[in-house]
Amino acid sequence: MVTNENQHHPLRVYLWVWLLLFVLSVLSYLVDYVGFEGYLKWALITLFMLLKAGLIMAVFMHMVWERLAIICVVLVPPGVLLFFMGLMILEGRYTLLARLEFFLH
Amino acid sequence: MVNANFRNVRLVPALQRMGEDWASDQQTFKQMPWGKVMMWMFLLSDIFIFACFLIGYMTARIASAQHWPNASEVFALHVGGENVPLLLIAIMTFILISSSGTMALAVKYGYEKNRRMTSGLLVLTALLGLSFVGMQAFEWTKLISEGARPWGNPWGAPQFGASFFLITGFHGTHVSFGVLFLIIMAIKVMRGSLDRARPGFLTGRKGSYEMVETLGLYWHFVDLVWVFIFAFFYLW
Repeated sequence: MVTNENQHHPLRVYLWVWLLLFVLSVLSYLVDYVGFEGYLKWALITLFMLLKAGLIMAVFMHMVWERLAIICVVLVPPGVLLFFMGLMILEGRYTLLARLEFFLH
Repeated sequence: MVNANFRNVRLVPALQRMGEDWASDQQTFKQMPWGKVMMWMFLLSDIFIFACFLIGYMTARIASAQHWPNASEVFALHVGGENVPLLLIAIMTFILISSSGTMALAVKYGYEKNRRMTSGLLVLTALLGLSFVGMQAFEWTKLISEGARPWGNPWGAPQFGASFFLITGFHGTHVSFGVLFLIIMAIKVMRGSLDRARPGFLTGRKGSYEMVETLGLYWHFVDLVWVFIFAFFYLW
């Protein structure tokens, strides 16, 4: 049986990441509280979201200490979801245009 | 051919090793217990489910000709005479992050075979998860009493309710099952089933502290999904 003795990491790493996640959450909440609008708001929300997701996956889920074989299996397939998202943005805009066209005329 | 100058870069040995892992016989994922590999496979499929829900929500929101309700106002709490936007959601976010932290420490103390700390932290994680579900139940009750339904709501586009109940409901279900498994694992740790490699009641798998890490992967994933829901549904 394969044992997994290589996932021993110092307490310090976990506590730092925990603190960082708190700070990032406060920052993303502040984006809403302060009332930023438009591209600035969306850019900040996305940035804080990706940083938080990255920290959780990398340290809490031990991804940085795993071998590349499993990292690729987990991270590459979701890439197609970005493509799917792009397609559905086009589709959604087309639907909106068709609705406005139909209801306004 | 790899240029000699790049031989020292860490990525090249890692790529080389990946090639060897995939080309090898019998086992691709070396140094990883199969339970953990299978958990990653499950999480990968779960990523696709949640992503499809979020993309569906995005499509409904883009295509809606009606005004999309402002989450900042809808989810505001009335505290001390004024409305604080997203207060409950912010508290829920901090609770879930805290539970992720306690889970990570539980995994760490598990590998150190520290039974008392591991089981204590697992119970704490379960309690935090339970309070998250409780707050979600409160949020649902509040919204339903204000007239939110899957087919309509007083604030704007009817698809808002459908997206809200589906996405947060599916996430809340994940948290609830996570709490159940956390309690089961805490009991296993407390009675020493993992130290003595006692076979499980249902599957007969021998207990080991890697199970705590595998369960941890699931729990961190639930937190990970909430990061995306918080950003896309509540803040966007």
